Amino acid sequence: MDSSALLAEIPRLRRYARALLGDRVAADDLVQDTLERAWSRVAQWQPGSNLRAWLFSIMHNLRVDQIRRPNLPTYSMEEDDFEVPTRATQSDALEVRDIAHALSQVPDEQRAVLLLVALEEMGYAEIASTLGIPIGTVMSRLSRGRERLRVVMEGRPSGANLRVVR
Amino acid sequence: MTALPITEMDLHAYVDKLLPEARRAEVEVYLANNPEEAERLQAYQAQNLALKDLFNPLLDEPIPEKMLSLASQPASVTVDAKKRPFFSRWSLERIAAGLLIAVVSGVSGWLAHGQYQPQIRSAQVVPLSRQAAVAHVVYSPDVRRPVEVRAEQEDQLVTWLSKRLGTPVRPPKLGALGYELIGGRLLPGNSGPVAQFMYHDASGQRLTLYVTTENTANQETGFRFAQEGPVNVFYWIDGKFGYALSAGIDKGELSRVATVVYDQLEHK
Repeated sequence: MDSSALLAEIPRLRRYARALLGDRVAADDLVQDTLERAWSRVAQWQPGSNLRAWLFSIMHNLRVDQIRRPNLPTYSMEEDDFEVPTRATQSDALEVRDIAHALSQVPDEQRAVLLLVALEEMGYAEIASTLGIPIGTVMSRLSRGRERLRVVMEGRPSGANLRVVR
Repeated sequence: MTALPITEMDLHAYVDKLLPEARRAEVEVYLANNPEEAERLQAYQAQNLALKDLFNPLLDEPIPEKMLSLASQPASVTVDAKKRPFFSRWSLERIAAGLLIAVVSGVSGWLAHGQYQPQIRSAQVVPLSRQAAVAHVVYSPDVRRPVEVRAEQEDQLVTWLSKRLGTPVRPPKLGALGYELIGGRLLPGNSGPVAQFMYHDASGQRLTLYVTTENTANQETGFRFAQEGPVNVFYWIDGKFGYALSAGIDKGELSRVATVVYDQLEHK
């Protein structure tokens, strides 16, 4: 792994982290942790393999660790349907068409898949290996995430019209 | 002929343009008969576009210094030291970057005098618009040697720059807009050679087109506009190519030229 190759991936890592976390400082911290971990695990890097996918999976694992860390407010991230805690909705009419707001209403793990598809334009199998989940799970998260985003964008009551996907 | 049933996965793959041509056609037939599904997929396509619009500009943000230093190999990591040449490619890049920083710092100070607080830039990766503007202010005022190879030897210029950049590059023809090619030169970019073509109009107004092939992060962008001191810059990225058109002319006129340049490069 050479530094210039790593350097070239930074803009994409930052874009994804910012979209995932919605917060600039937290996102840049996550990218920095990713770079540090990449160097500390450089022995595991297979020269010639996909550096980007490797870095994204490091970032994903760090993110999972963060979510698991105790004493932070965390939400259960199970596959089963659950109601995402939401804040007051009186001002929703003003915000429903705002994609950034809508994205924040999508559960974390669905948002990750959605962003890898939309921003990174990764194939579904690549996402599965990057996130370490079966491809069926990738598809169901994508499907739920997209529908959730659509529901929020259209200002429909949350939970309505969620499709059940194999 | 019995087509396989259309699955939810097919529909998503359709949205993400991941389907083979034949399957794509089958999905289109299905959508023609299922307007509600078609509407749903349209919403998903719109999401993809909206997310790109919202987050792609982040790709152009300067990288914080802390992150740059974390990208270089820490001292604790040893990778077969004996195989590494004394001047590795990366250290040459760092030297080149150092020289560029020296130039950028000097010129940006000059650009900023009187109006702006000089901005201290120590980032190794300089945004495309800034690199191009700096190259413009350095070379375009030069009366005697604005270019290395003059337009009279355009064939040689094209051959030389194409060889050095490792890919065919050719100056667009802007005669219809009143700009004639003066010539071109080779410059150091962030990690290797870049090319600059210079044009002038009848009044002597100069315009430069900066061409890099060192883009690895972005796929493509639309036109972006930047103002770097007295220089206006239109720039865009197309695959590995980055283009930036710089001149001290107003945004409207520059955008007209940029459109012509873009069209010619697209149809090369």
